[in-house]
Amino acid sequence: MSVIIILMIASISVAAIFLVAFLWGVKSGQFEDDFSPSSRILFEDKPASTKTV
Amino acid sequence: MQVEKFYYDNKIVKAFGIATIVFGIVGMLAGLWAAIQIYYPAISLNIAPTTFGRLRPLHTNAIIFAFVGNSIFTGVYYSLQRLCKARMFSDKLSWIHFWGWQAIIAAAAITLLMGITTSKEYAELEWPIDIAITLVWVIFGINMFGTILKRRERHLYVAIWFYIATWVTVAMLHIVNSIAIPVSLTKSYSWYAGVQDALVQWWYGHNAVAFFLTTPILGLMYYFLPKAANRPVYSYRLSIIHFWALIFIYIWAGPHHLLYTSLPDWAQSLGTVFSIMLIAPSWGGMLNGLFTLRGAWDKVREEPVLKFMVVAITCYGMSTLEGPLLSLKNINAISHFTDWTIAHVHIGGLGWNGFMAFAMIYYLVPKMWNTELYSKKLATNHFWLGTIGIILYAVPMYWAGFEQASMWKQFTPEGQLKFQFLETVTNLIPMYVARSVGGLLYLIGVHMLVYNIYKTMAKGRFIAEEAAEAPALVKEKPHKEYWHRILERKPVTMLVLSLIVVSIGGLVQMIPTFLVKSNVPTIASVKPYTPLELQGRDIYIREGCYTCHSQMIRPFRDEVARYGEYSKAGEFVYDHPFQWGSKRTGPDLARIGGKYPDSWHYNHMYDPRSMSPGSLMPQYVWLLDDALDTSSTPAKIRAMQTLGVPYPEGYDQVANRDLMHQADSIAANLKKDKIETAPNAEIVALIAYLQRMGRDIKLEKKPIAENIK
Repeated sequence: MSVIIILMIASISVAAIFLVAFLWGVKSGQFEDDFSPSSRILFEDKPASTKTV
Repeated sequence: MQVEKFYYDNKIVKAFGIATIVFGIVGMLAGLWAAIQIYYPAISLNIAPTTFGRLRPLHTNAIIFAFVGNSIFTGVYYSLQRLCKARMFSDKLSWIHFWGWQAIIAAAAITLLMGITTSKEYAELEWPIDIAITLVWVIFGINMFGTILKRRERHLYVAIWFYIATWVTVAMLHIVNSIAIPVSLTKSYSWYAGVQDALVQWWYGHNAVAFFLTTPILGLMYYFLPKAANRPVYSYRLSIIHFWALIFIYIWAGPHHLLYTSLPDWAQSLGTVFSIMLIAPSWGGMLNGLFTLRGAWDKVREEPVLKFMVVAITCYGMSTLEGPLLSLKNINAISHFTDWTIAHVHIGGLGWNGFMAFAMIYYLVPKMWNTELYSKKLATNHFWLGTIGIILYAVPMYWAGFEQASMWKQFTPEGQLKFQFLETVTNLIPMYVARSVGGLLYLIGVHMLVYNIYKTMAKGRFIAEEAAEAPALVKEKPHKEYWHRILERKPVTMLVLSLIVVSIGGLVQMIPTFLVKSNVPTIASVKPYTPLELQGRDIYIREGCYTCHSQMIRPFRDEVARYGEYSKAGEFVYDHPFQWGSKRTGPDLARIGGKYPDSWHYNHMYDPRSMSPGSLMPQYVWLLDDALDTSSTPAKIRAMQTLGVPYPEGYDQVANRDLMHQADSIAANLKKDKIETAPNAEIVALIAYLQRMGRDIKLEKKPIAENIK
């Protein structure tokens, strides 16, 4: 079952990438505001002119 | 603060959207055709490309990668631009991505129908297409990360996290599972063998469901559901928590596809434990979706987009509860190899993926064409027809699965198996008919969508370039210098670093394959396939026999009584790729060798119903006429030698001599039963393989295991 080592390494390396991403997210304040992002996506500013083709 | 003016690219969204609808119909038609074949085999037209074994991979690949794949790209290209307040990184990359993906789909359709397949489920495409997929996926990645880097909104909305996780994991899964040694442009052998190949395949298969059919769609849910309901998601905090929990847990659950097989027991248990843990984050997502509509259920009554989403999210919740339950060994013992699995995946496929795609299309087209939906009523009718279709599909399949498993396991008071295998199949025919009616209703619904969308497009005016404005992102002044801050300010550096990390990971993954000796317990009497058997095995793979026949006898009383000694890991050490299968529409073949005379197989391939009346198997008449291509034998032997199969040195040069010798003896054997056949007919090779299966172990002097009591 040596292949399990490969799968472990593959899975752990992906988990490690996610962990780094998570730490980056936390430390850079991505998750500090857990209210406004959900509302912000609802507002779309419509500029005056829109090109139509 | 300078406000910048820019344009969202809607053209690429339109292109992916149309591809979604077109390939949805193609994929569903293939599915319907395959479904009808199960109770009406003649509809295979008795030609190779349209038999079940080739249509079924076409159906699954078309639905997963063409229909759902294109729907993901539609949603990502639309939402990512708006969430990042930026146009896609590069229009050129967008279009290379689009046409590259469609070319892959076309190549997939042609090669699968030609029988060019690796036989690894949902990864059937051969190596040149695999490479193309990798390249296009990288282009998609550059385009996506490029857009994220030039975003004008600092916060990465949760949907973007889901897209990122999808990209990273799918890339890794695809590469690890596709490692193979090419024999020719259209043929390769999996690098892994037997149990190991099975584990890699289902680690891939499970995570393909997780990271291709689940995480990107959850990302789309987090964007399109709040937009369609015009209210923020129920709990943004929950969305973040369930995202991280989901992606960290999902990847370990793959072995639950191999319960009771020859996979080591501890690996099976690991898969079960993680599967149960998955209930929490999955339901976090479902509840977050449904609670978003709290106090807005009146809108659901009016708005077909929301109706579709509610059913989609409910189906998501149901199948993510059912999945962990199916991972329990006692339930899996009943469900596995039956139509229960088919019901389960179609709750996910038709309900979750299909309905989310439809909801998104009904939402997007009026937006991008700056108009209202042509007919809400028609869309509502589509919703009801689709929902009834799902129920009519799933309920008979649940019934069929449960009933068939119960019949398999029944013994008479005398201790004999109560039912022949064929009886357990023909008994299900009414359910198979009902299932195809359910599928047909669902497909009719999609045609209602086509008409409605066409009319909506005709009514409105397409906004190719949607103007938007947002202030540029001001670089934050870091208060303290952390290493990650440096990385953060240099996003390209971070991307390069992570690529290096990934490639180191890739190298580390490769090295053990060369160094670590397999510790699968070997059985001395298990020998490599003869050249003729190897060629026969490749015909077995080409015809997709694994789509209906398993080669894995589980250690249950009924299976041992029906098929013989249960399968051992050591029996599969030369199986590149493994052929365990996942469904028994036909009986298990692990020990078919020697069970019937050669002539039985010959007649059975010519007309299965002449040998077993009522059989659902297609006719394989072309195998009787087509000549075996023996020119590939040396290359195949050499490839197997590279993979460690112990053929003697220089055997590739003499292999064809042995091949013809064995073929002659089978032809002579057939002649005794008054069957005249050319020794080089494909059927001879296939018979050689079938007659070899599961026999080696019987040559062992003492019993392998005494634990059948």
